Amino acid sequence: MNNFKVFLNGLIKENPTFVLLLGMCPTLGTTSSAINGLGMGLATTFVLICSNMVISLIKNLIPDKVRIPSFIVVIAAFVTILQMCMEAYLPALYDSLGLFIPLIVVNCIVLGRAESFAAKNGVIPSFFDGLGMGLGFSFALTLLGAVRELLGTGKIFDIALYSEDFGMLIFVLAPGAFIVLGFLIAIVGKIRGNS
Amino acid sequence: MEYILIFIAAVFVNNIVLSQFLGICPFLGVSKKIDTALGMSGAVAFVLTIATIVTYLVQVYVLEPFDLGYMQTISFILIIAALVQLVEIVLKKVSPALYQALGVFLPLITTNCCVLGVAIIVHQKDFDLLSSVVYAISCAVGFALALILFAGLREQLSLTRLPKAMAGTPIAFIVAGILAMAFMGFSGIC
Repeated sequence: MNNFKVFLNGLIKENPTFVLLLGMCPTLGTTSSAINGLGMGLATTFVLICSNMVISLIKNLIPDKVRIPSFIVVIAAFVTILQMCMEAYLPALYDSLGLFIPLIVVNCIVLGRAESFAAKNGVIPSFFDGLGMGLGFSFALTLLGAVRELLGTGKIFDIALYSEDFGMLIFVLAPGAFIVLGFLIAIVGKIRGNS
Repeated sequence: MEYILIFIAAVFVNNIVLSQFLGICPFLGVSKKIDTALGMSGAVAFVLTIATIVTYLVQVYVLEPFDLGYMQTISFILIIAALVQLVEIVLKKVSPALYQALGVFLPLITTNCCVLGVAIIVHQKDFDLLSSVVYAISCAVGFALALILFAGLREQLSLTRLPKAMAGTPIAFIVAGILAMAFMGFSGIC
């Protein structure tokens, strides 16, 4: 039950993108389509779960002073594993996400959860925290990607809903990312404020 | 001429913040006042340039000869983290005034993605050392330009009356979007 609460906390109550506003670079940079957003979200989820679990296992072995560098090395190790796996098995997605895969290392969500949750809790809750936060992040990225793809090209996950001629290209380009995210945060804030 | 092109392309056409989405966290976090925006830009420019030089040398003289390309991410982030600490210590001793101005921003730079991002981009683009340095400085100038423009806009924005749901972050994002649109006007000049 308690683990379930930890999981839901990341998914809804403290959604990393809409509420905590962490990890904005990949959020904006990789969501030109729903599938890219989903891919980035799941990649980050993998790193979050693995690094959270390992850090909660070794938290008692790390001296307090070198805490942050040690966390970064653990995270960077998993990012490298992910990078190699994606290059081998999902080359198309790897190419379209490009630079943002190695940049998961400096994603504030991963280090933030390591510092504020995994370093204080056991392995099982850390796993659920990583899962919840990761899925919350994936959900936000997929939503943002879907809205941008729909407005920009008239498709969602490559399924055409209306003709591409009516698409507004600006939403696929850089400015659209900022504008759509601004409106999504406002809408989420409004819903949260009412409930 | 080549260097001028790199400069213009990095500052205006492919602005690091507004079109490549690197360094969004400080872009939103420290852009409420022009003073702090200036301090942050200075600190980023300093670390970005040094980090690019050091990681470039490590890549060319250590990682490539020993065939350790897969260690790039880990080694670069450790170098950047160590470098930020080093810069902090040296600055504290050598120039206390500068340390006062940049001090609070330095620890934040380790997790600023534009530093690691630029360090990786220069290898993807196959730049030589001098082009890399020019590119790093140009990116820092582009970051400063975007940050200071945005801080100026936000100072004005804090005086306007907004619907409650839009106040704060949402309107900041929309303003950033309009600013990005303005920068799109530069595309095609080189």
